[in-house]
Amino acid sequence: MAVLRKSPPADALTSSAGTGRPPLPARLRRDWQLLAMTIPAVGLLVVFHYVPTLGNVIAFQDYSPYDGITGSPWVGLYNFQWLLSDPEFWTALRNTVTITAFQLVFYFPIPIMLAILLDSVLSRRLRLFIQGIVYMPHFFSWVLVVALFQQILGGAGLLAQTLRQAGHEPWNVMTDPDAFIVLVTAQSVWKDAGWGTIIFLAALAAINTNLYEAAAVDGASRWRRLWHITLPGLRPVILLLLILRLGDALNVGFEQFFLQRDAVGAEAAEVLDTFVYWRTLMTGAWSYGAAAGLFKGLVGLILIVVANKVAHRFGEQGIYKRS
Amino acid sequence: MSTRPVWQERPTVFGLTLKTVVLTLIVLAMVYPLYVVVLTSLSTAATVTEAGGLVTLPGELSLDAYRELFGGGVVTRAVLVSTGVTVVGTALSLGLTIFAAYGLSRPGSVLHRPLLFLFLLTFLFTPGMIPSYLIVRELGLIDSYWSLILPTAVSAFNLVVMRAFFMSIPGEVLDSARIDGASDFRILWRIVLPMSKGVTAVIGLFYAVGYWNAFFNAVLYINDNSKWPLQLILRQYVQQGMNLVPNQRAVDTAAGYALPPNLAIKMAIIVVALVPVLLIYPFVQRHFTKGVIIGAVKG
Repeated sequence: MAVLRKSPPADALTSSAGTGRPPLPARLRRDWQLLAMTIPAVGLLVVFHYVPTLGNVIAFQDYSPYDGITGSPWVGLYNFQWLLSDPEFWTALRNTVTITAFQLVFYFPIPIMLAILLDSVLSRRLRLFIQGIVYMPHFFSWVLVVALFQQILGGAGLLAQTLRQAGHEPWNVMTDPDAFIVLVTAQSVWKDAGWGTIIFLAALAAINTNLYEAAAVDGASRWRRLWHITLPGLRPVILLLLILRLGDALNVGFEQFFLQRDAVGAEAAEVLDTFVYWRTLMTGAWSYGAAAGLFKGLVGLILIVVANKVAHRFGEQGIYKRS
Repeated sequence: MSTRPVWQERPTVFGLTLKTVVLTLIVLAMVYPLYVVVLTSLSTAATVTEAGGLVTLPGELSLDAYRELFGGGVVTRAVLVSTGVTVVGTALSLGLTIFAAYGLSRPGSVLHRPLLFLFLLTFLFTPGMIPSYLIVRELGLIDSYWSLILPTAVSAFNLVVMRAFFMSIPGEVLDSARIDGASDFRILWRIVLPMSKGVTAVIGLFYAVGYWNAFFNAVLYINDNSKWPLQLILRQYVQQGMNLVPNQRAVDTAAGYALPPNLAIKMAIIVVALVPVLLIYPFVQRHFTKGVIIGAVKG
């Protein structure tokens, strides 16, 4: 989000150019209303984001709610050592990374292809109609999506029903650990691929049509135009989203896995977030859970910073500007 | 309504057919499951039995399943809880977000950069489940509906979208009002908000859908199942397949009331969770395409 970019030219009242800033009391008199408007939201942010962020120090403690943060003993890196020697943690980490990698290949390109396909629909009304339909599932909850998939693919679902009536063995996709990664990806595609086209459609609309025309006049075929004009036009957005996805590599979506973990088994469906939930909230091992959460947060932070560096290297903007 | 540019070649019959088939399949994949669910929820026991499960072809229809759900009981209560949380939460979130977005929309104002930075930093790091849970517990919000609202009340993303929109309003308009002596509250209420109906509607939808769909916060913070929102009911009775009716069976049959099939009731719970989203969606959808969101995402 390049919101921190150079601010637009400030108007006379807010300008500090040339004359230097007015003294603080004068600025406060001018801006107190703006501050008063911002403070409530900032307050919530501090209480529910920054205080818990600091609360992560319990990862270095043997925290117990009775003693509180000040009374609980410090244990250094013990929780992290425990974490790294915990096979269940490695299962969760492996599943998370595998799912991210799988979805990078089988989910990520779909909104791009879908956007190009939608963009090629010439009738505006038809296109808006289809867009309206494919955006919709984005607004369904994961419980709803999982329940719908269960009705279609589950043991008592439509697929099993049809197979049974045709005299075949029913196949319960929803509880098959081997099919799980495909299943969750299919669910993500169904729910979010349509919504994901929005940003690509905007980028497509921004491509100068003169380029297409000139290329066509030069005899470039439809596919060559796609390759040499459309895809380069989408490049910044694709890179931006890739970065965001990489920075989010350890976040595969919580509820989706939480909901299906029991049916499929932890071996295939445990991801880092569900690991934290089952290993700590269920057992009260707060510090251990905080350590796992902190590990995930720090790796995510490193990933996003590195991905941004790479983007800058490619001459792209990334999500924040080089400072 | 073809608006094909003159330089573009006509599509081949094969290409056109392929495109039509693919698009039709995509639309069907979205719509067909919903159709089956809605139809089953409206079917009588006989139709469900005959279909051997989900109903794909309309048979005899009835509203029994919905009568059962809204006859008071678990689902009725959950709908009330979810509606309350959604209405209160959305109003609070929209208010906070509009105020903060406007408060941060004038670069150079006191504390502008550090406060904005506080919001932007949340994109890079989330506090994690355990510390978040502990703070909610410390504040005594476990089993309080506020635990479903306050922790997610302000979304930095929505705030940034809204702020970007406010900043795109021409400065001259606001300046003239300020020179006339209007306060910032007045400018926001009288000038900025009326110009921002589209973005307000979209952000309002985002918040409302977020509250209506909120699931995991309720799993974490609401232990008392009489306070469960609809999504938890959906999980327990539909995804986990617990039966809603049996404990009421004696009463119902005694009243000579034909029992709707369990499957229809389950599908009806899905529909109840679905309907609010489907109702609001068309009104807000047209704003999506207007670049309200994209402008901010691309920064």
